Amino acid sequence: MQRIGVFVCWCGSNIAGTVDVQAVSDALKNEPGVVFSTNYQYMCSQAGQDMIINAVKEHNLTGIVVCSCSPRMHEATFRRTAQAAGLNPYMVEIANIREQCSWVHKDIPTGTEKAIILGKAAVAKVNLNTPLTPGESPVTKRALVIGGGIAGIQTALDIADAGFPVDIVEKKPTIGGKMAQLDKTFPTLDCAACILTPKMVDVAQNDKIRIFSYSEVTDVKGFVGNFDVTIKKNARYVKEDICTGCGACVEKCPMKKVPNEFNLGMDNRSAIYIPFAQAVPKVATIDPNACNMLKNGKCGLCARVCAAGAIDYTQKDEYIEEKYGAIVVATGFNPISMDKFDEFAYNQSKDVITSLEFERLTNAAGPTAGKLLRPSDGKHPHTIVFVQCVGSRCDACAEKGKEYCSKICCMYTAKHAMLTRDKYPDTDVYVFYIDVRTPGKNFDEFYRRAVEEYGVHYVKGMVGKVVPEGDKLKVQASDLLENKQLHIDADLVVLAAAIEPDKSARPLATMLTASMDTNDFFTEAHPKLRPVESPTAGVFLSGACQGPKDIPETVSQAGAAASKVIGLLAKDKLTGNPCIAHSNELMCNGCSSCERVCPYGAITYEDKEFRMPDRTTLVRRIAVVNPAVCQGCGACTVACPSGAMDLHGFASGQIMAEVDAICK
Amino acid sequence: MKVAYFPGCTLKNKAKELDDYARKSAEALGVTLEEIEEWQCCGGVFTTARDEVATKLSSVRALVAAKNKEQPLVTVCSACHNVIKQTNHAMQTDKEFADKVNRYMGEEPYSGETQVYHYLELLRDVVGFDAVKEKVVNKLAGKKIAAYYGCLLLRPNSVMKMDDPENPSIMEDFIRAIGADAIVYANRNECCGGYIAMESPDLAKKKSNAVIENAKAAGAEMIITACPLCKYNLIKNGADIPVVYFTELLAEALGVKEDTNE
Repeated sequence: MQRIGVFVCWCGSNIAGTVDVQAVSDALKNEPGVVFSTNYQYMCSQAGQDMIINAVKEHNLTGIVVCSCSPRMHEATFRRTAQAAGLNPYMVEIANIREQCSWVHKDIPTGTEKAIILGKAAVAKVNLNTPLTPGESPVTKRALVIGGGIAGIQTALDIADAGFPVDIVEKKPTIGGKMAQLDKTFPTLDCAACILTPKMVDVAQNDKIRIFSYSEVTDVKGFVGNFDVTIKKNARYVKEDICTGCGACVEKCPMKKVPNEFNLGMDNRSAIYIPFAQAVPKVATIDPNACNMLKNGKCGLCARVCAAGAIDYTQKDEYIEEKYGAIVVATGFNPISMDKFDEFAYNQSKDVITSLEFERLTNAAGPTAGKLLRPSDGKHPHTIVFVQCVGSRCDACAEKGKEYCSKICCMYTAKHAMLTRDKYPDTDVYVFYIDVRTPGKNFDEFYRRAVEEYGVHYVKGMVGKVVPEGDKLKVQASDLLENKQLHIDADLVVLAAAIEPDKSARPLATMLTASMDTNDFFTEAHPKLRPVESPTAGVFLSGACQGPKDIPETVSQAGAAASKVIGLLAKDKLTGNPCIAHSNELMCNGCSSCERVCPYGAITYEDKEFRMPDRTTLVRRIAVVNPAVCQGCGACTVACPSGAMDLHGFASGQIMAEVDAICK
Repeated sequence: MKVAYFPGCTLKNKAKELDDYARKSAEALGVTLEEIEEWQCCGGVFTTARDEVATKLSSVRALVAAKNKEQPLVTVCSACHNVIKQTNHAMQTDKEFADKVNRYMGEEPYSGETQVYHYLELLRDVVGFDAVKEKVVNKLAGKKIAAYYGCLLLRPNSVMKMDDPENPSIMEDFIRAIGADAIVYANRNECCGGYIAMESPDLAKKKSNAVIENAKAAGAEMIITACPLCKYNLIKNGADIPVVYFTELLAEALGVKEDTNE
């Protein structure tokens, strides 16, 4: 028989406001096994915990029930308290009488009644609790970073700096991500390449970091500390270790009409290409969809001009398997498609562009060598209209765009407008906005400079329609402050397209069993207190894959993710969760039902000899759970038709006892 | 196949050709438009007042007639289509409104069971533009035609569900199916001025001119529409390129234009 102590917490007025805590502790006093029951203002405080420890000693308690907040909040706290009192930490049960009781009920009688019932259920469970001891598993001291933009780069550098090896997997031929495409960065206007490319070189030169460029993660197995990852290295038809990046092949390639994705299709590249001058690794890649040699065997010019002999038309995709202790997701973002926003005539006129295209047009390494020229006729635009929130903050019923604010657009639009006015003072610049949102260090000052010093026309209101006519773009808009319609003949219209997570994020989340929100952004373990961890142990989040972010924010989150990874890799062993499944071999008939539902691949089968009553030996196939892999989800216990599978800490008998206590 | 057909008042006088060519073309494509009996005006405008019942009853009667014939209901005028489809939607989703209507009608309760097609949807979703293409005898090759959608055909999108209201393609696909070149221009889904022509002709003129000029600038030689009011406004406000109903062009392509008895 257990000797159970019940501790009812007031949580200030959080619980005591709608639950009569005295009545709860009185009612639970008479439950089977309960030998002590009390209540206190803050059970989680030092005084509250001391109260528990003293009661354990004084009343010889063997089990503890704490009626308080959600176990997500303080289960770990009270388990430590039990341990300090000399009890097994798994002899503690939490009855959640805050989130699921006092917060959702308004009147004291209802709240009190429910709190008593929840307390009784917890007492019934503790009566059946047994001490549990967690197992241990080793930690592979290597991290994987998926995505090689500024988020992935910073995370990798910080982890490597602590002395742990890191691999970066990047699906493009070079690392650098979106930041490599940008011109200048707000609010200090330092050039993106000048601050990014040295970091890219650092990555390349760091002997702790390996870069798998033009590669993808295709499979993830295992668990925190012990992930088995398969990386697909796409064939680039160039031997990476031999290519010197001299560019002779690029120059000689006769197939020069391939839209250049780095410049968003605003100019062309050759079939064999190096994305940009500072690419890392600086290695050529052959585009198999454009190369004549690969398509029909006619050409081979690049192989002839390559002095190093790096071209290999027979190269195949390569699969690499590697073990990792931690995985960081840094898959980043993309601007959304403008197909559903044709009121802005993006598909009708070359002179309607997105902000990222504008970045390339003003970038010295871009298609116009940094001169702001109209894509249609190469003329200098004299009137430019910027439209903010294109696809951001959309009404859900509109069935297009995103409901959220993309966060970065207000600032980069202010930057675009300011730089345009600075470089081309003869240009009229309009910015249409719903709200200007500039919370950030030196952000509002920056925006005000665009308005006050550079004379950018900021108009509160949205653009309704852009009509291409002749060589002008007729912009119809409303000025909400002056309550009038505006008609502007523009030469260039720039759309601040909403940003969305990269398309590769969703399949990756499935592989990692990491959760996502409805917009496909990765969900953090706690929005305030664990912002860089995924709820899946060992998976961390860096950059815009978790939500829209600017560069300063991305870099700080990247560093935070790295510190969490370092904290994990610094451990030699991880303490597991003892609440895992186990199979009763006398009841198991080896039907494989449990194996089929196990999402972690934790169940295997073995043939075991059984001595029968008549002294014969019987060999039967039975299920065996790998305690290091099992996450205790309980799927197998429900699937098992013979009731052989059970979960430590959440045994069917314990759950039924709770249900009985509630229904009594 | 046979479908129930609601022509609408304008198609019986001012827009006779829209109706005639629609019937002839449908016949040529193997679809018989069976005009429902004793139909009444659709109501002209769908009022957004939820407690307005009387002006929507005639639309409900047309929908019920089609239901009784166990046929989908096909319309061709943009305004009729808009009113009937929105009324049907209200009967499906607004129980209070539907109850009121059903109490008034006093017949077997109707709750929006009839499938409503615009003639263009009939071509796209039932007949199929590929099938139309096969039946074309007079290819309008090289003819640069601008589709004019106006405002009522596609909006509100949540109810009409015909095409993307900002970037529609159904009429352009139709133009390509009959062998002509589709001109895409920005103002193809803007308002022609509509009934404002009665009160403020200058404003209607401005709106119509914006459509015509934009279509011409994009290289259009002809404008097609499904809406009698759009056609009226464009022509009245000085369109100097032909503005015709899409059914006329369809009849011409299918080689049935001359059969028309009027």
